[in-house]
Amino acid sequence: MRDSISKKQECKLLPNQRIVGRWQRNSYRIIRELGYGATGTVYLAEGRGELVALKIASDSMSITSEVNVFRQFSKVQGPSLGPSFYEADDYVSAGGVYPFYVMEYINGQPFLPFLRQRGAEWTGILIVQLLKDLHQLHKAGWVFGDLKPENLLVTENPNCVRWLDVGGMTIQGRAIKEYTEFFDRGYWGLGNRKAEPSYDLFSVSMLFMNRGYPSRFEKTQEKSFTRLMTKFRQKDVIRPFEPVFRRGIEGKYKDALDMRSDLIQLLHGTTFTPKVSISVKPKTNITRREQKKIKQQQPSNPKKRRSLGVLESMLVASFILVVYILYLFGQTM
Amino acid sequence: MSKGTLRQILLLTDGCSNSGEDPVAIAALAKEEGMTVNVIGIVDNGDLGEQGISEVESIASAGGGISQIVYAKQLSQTVQMVTRKAMTQTIQGVVNKEISQILGEGKELEDLEPEKRGQLMEVVDELGETMDLDLLILVDTSASMKNKLPMVQEALIDLSVSLRSRTGNNNFALYSFPGKRKDVDKLIQWTPQFDSLSGAFKKMTISGITPTGPALQEAIRLVRKRMKKRGSDSDERFDLEEAGM
Ligand SMILES: Nc1ncnc2c1ncn2[C@@H]1O[C@H](COP(=O)(O)OP(=O)(O)OP(=O)(O)O)[C@@H](O)[C@H]1O
Repeated sequence: MRDSISKKQECKLLPNQRIVGRWQRNSYRIIRELGYGATGTVYLAEGRGELVALKIASDSMSITSEVNVFRQFSKVQGPSLGPSFYEADDYVSAGGVYPFYVMEYINGQPFLPFLRQRGAEWTGILIVQLLKDLHQLHKAGWVFGDLKPENLLVTENPNCVRWLDVGGMTIQGRAIKEYTEFFDRGYWGLGNRKAEPSYDLFSVSMLFMNRGYPSRFEKTQEKSFTRLMTKFRQKDVIRPFEPVFRRGIEGKYKDALDMRSDLIQLLHGTTFTPKVSISVKPKTNITRREQKKIKQQQPSNPKKRRSLGVLESMLVASFILVVYILYLFGQTM
Repeated sequence: MSKGTLRQILLLTDGCSNSGEDPVAIAALAKEEGMTVNVIGIVDNGDLGEQGISEVESIASAGGGISQIVYAKQLSQTVQMVTRKAMTQTIQGVVNKEISQILGEGKELEDLEPEKRGQLMEVVDELGETMDLDLLILVDTSASMKNKLPMVQEALIDLSVSLRSRTGNNNFALYSFPGKRKDVDKLIQWTPQFDSLSGAFKKMTISGITPTGPALQEAIRLVRKRMKKRGSDSDERFDLEEAGM
């Protein structure tokens, strides 16, 4: 009986396929696959007159768990606590009954690639944003759990972090439902796996670390705390954040707001070396002060300036090319 | 108030059984007695082989549990995940039975409206968090396992960290097989947590035989003994009504 649920064939949907919910009778047209995880596949779809993200699964248990979390939040959801939830339903096909749910489509860039193109201060800024949302979540009695870059997207205009994947969200006081070792304080021997705000703040600290070590690393025989601190100091892009990182992994912050104000303080008092590839910097979201700074730093030597100009236009050209390829790709999918 | 106890046997092995009763049959017996058998097969130098893999899967399937084949390095995350998943699965199994009683034979979760499904799932989550767990861990200590034991030790401490974060009570016991004179040897008796396992694996015997079946049988006896001692009523593992259904 149990087996019939877990062993069911995975449900694959094709572009332009139409699916209608068995209970609500709403119809959705699949556009393309966005990705898949342990509990199901997420598609970009069109329905209710807009673009939506539709997650479909073969296992109704875990997807129901996710829907439960969403339902809890539709009550408290502010403008940016994760994607908004629209509805849950079942798709009945010849292969069986497949539960699915529909949520807001978040159009954004993955967290680390976004940061890679920008100066170190951006890591701080996005995390300041994230901490505000986390605080809302904690106030509502929940903990994010599986906080990692793969579960974060950065939207354009304005650049904002949003989170995805509510699968790990846990009611405070319970045991964390889902985690990833690198971001888990239990793995590093620096705490338990009880869902409490400090659990998330540890993971937030490890987001900084991951920015410095994109392929992550494992624990060794060495004492974790010492090792993490040493590793952190070795990377220029993250070193300025050391005091905040440290308090985060030590569990010293009272709550997310506490960590946030500490980080804001730090951002104000630190000069970050700007990235050289100015052309990739987004035009929006640069404060006037920063713009001035960039101008000042531009070389006055005309020769040098020209070569930079050439580089710049090359970068712009390749950027446009990439966008164009992506566009074509999107068309054919 | 206790909501009942989940009883699991976790088998860690890297090879095929080669002595005594068929472990698959014994696992089926465990299931009949209301226990769950989970199996983790450790592949490192490819010593598990196709036959080993299929045995790992068959034991878990007969024992109503979950199996997973992993490299020793990934053991920590796997051990805790398999344990947690199996707990949920057991609870879900009971809930599903309940559903077919309410809705009629052959009906499943999908026959409930999504909203009702959600309420049921909440109960499953709640039970997984609050039910007690008796977990007997059975570690294969045949010769080829020797270099994997440090990783096993680490994974078990990690498991203890995970489970201790739950609200429900946990009790662990650690046995190795084959034993010196008997089928299994006790390494650590029932305890609420593993603080340190250093030294636990020191006294075990390294052997060429892998009597998985007899070892499982002994494990069932040990879990049953504990069950009786704690005076648990009948074989009802938990009561849905009590849990607010
Ligand atoms: N609301 C959304 N908007 C845009 N993209 C989304 C949305 N939800 C999911 N995705 C994309 O789909 C991918 C898969 O999502 P999903 O939540 O299933 O992934 P996961 O984190 O791997 O999950 P799981 O918990 O199931 O292992 C994500 O990595 C993301 O790129």
